[in-house]
Amino acid sequence: MTIYSIIFYLLAVLILVTTALAVTRRDLVHAVIYLIFSFFGSAMLFYLFGAPLLAVLEVIIYAGAIMVLFLFIVMMLRIGKSAVRLFPLSQWLPAAVGGLIYIAIGIGLIAADPNSHIVLKTARADPAVFGRYIFEKHWLSIEIVSVLLLVAVIGVLLLARRSPRHPAGQTIEGEL
Amino acid sequence: MIVPFYHVLILAGLLFLMGISCMVVRRSLIMILLGVEIMLNAASIILVGASLLWQNLDGQAIVMFIFAIAATEVSVGLALIVWAYRRTGSVDPGDFNILK
Repeated sequence: MTIYSIIFYLLAVLILVTTALAVTRRDLVHAVIYLIFSFFGSAMLFYLFGAPLLAVLEVIIYAGAIMVLFLFIVMMLRIGKSAVRLFPLSQWLPAAVGGLIYIAIGIGLIAADPNSHIVLKTARADPAVFGRYIFEKHWLSIEIVSVLLLVAVIGVLLLARRSPRHPAGQTIEGEL
Repeated sequence: MIVPFYHVLILAGLLFLMGISCMVVRRSLIMILLGVEIMLNAASIILVGASLLWQNLDGQAIVMFIFAIAATEVSVGLALIVWAYRRTGSVDPGDFNILK
């Protein structure tokens, strides 16, 4: 049991607990805040696995940009708390059976994988090396992703534009 | 020496399961999108772990593209949620039943 494995197990428990708390909260703001903690744990896990650039990007993009976007939307929409049960009892049995089958198949797959018992060794990919690698080997994918982001920006602008047939006074929430 | 690879697989599998249950169980469009985020995060963890296992940078490169896809998906998804909320005044997927 090295210091690295202790850190890994601590991070795993942290990630699993905060994610479980996040998916069970009724209050959406609490769920988003717990998920930020989970993503911080994932970022530290990336650092432990030797990906410092991805750890930084996880904090900046996931915990920073994406979750703040979620927070803005949760605060912008007026969402009442639903009184319905989180999980209707009539759906419980089929969901449990399906989930258990998938868990059993997953355990079988992990046990059958010959590579799964190899112990990971610590290594580190320097951000400079990683950046050079990604622009030498995957430059076309980078360009495609940049086009994808541009298309997303244009699509979001079109979606967010108020259509002339539904002026502000006629929508359900006039101020939106 | 960190841990055997299958511990990483189990961690990512549990995270993925939580994401998919969040997506299926919760009756809110925002929680459904959060479930997709959790699943993408589980996939990223497994890719970084595999990249360390085989000492190959391709796994980390794919994770970088996953980040870009996740950002795109969230921005478009949240814009769609706001658009749907303007029309129906609700984020409950059960309320979108005009076609019924």
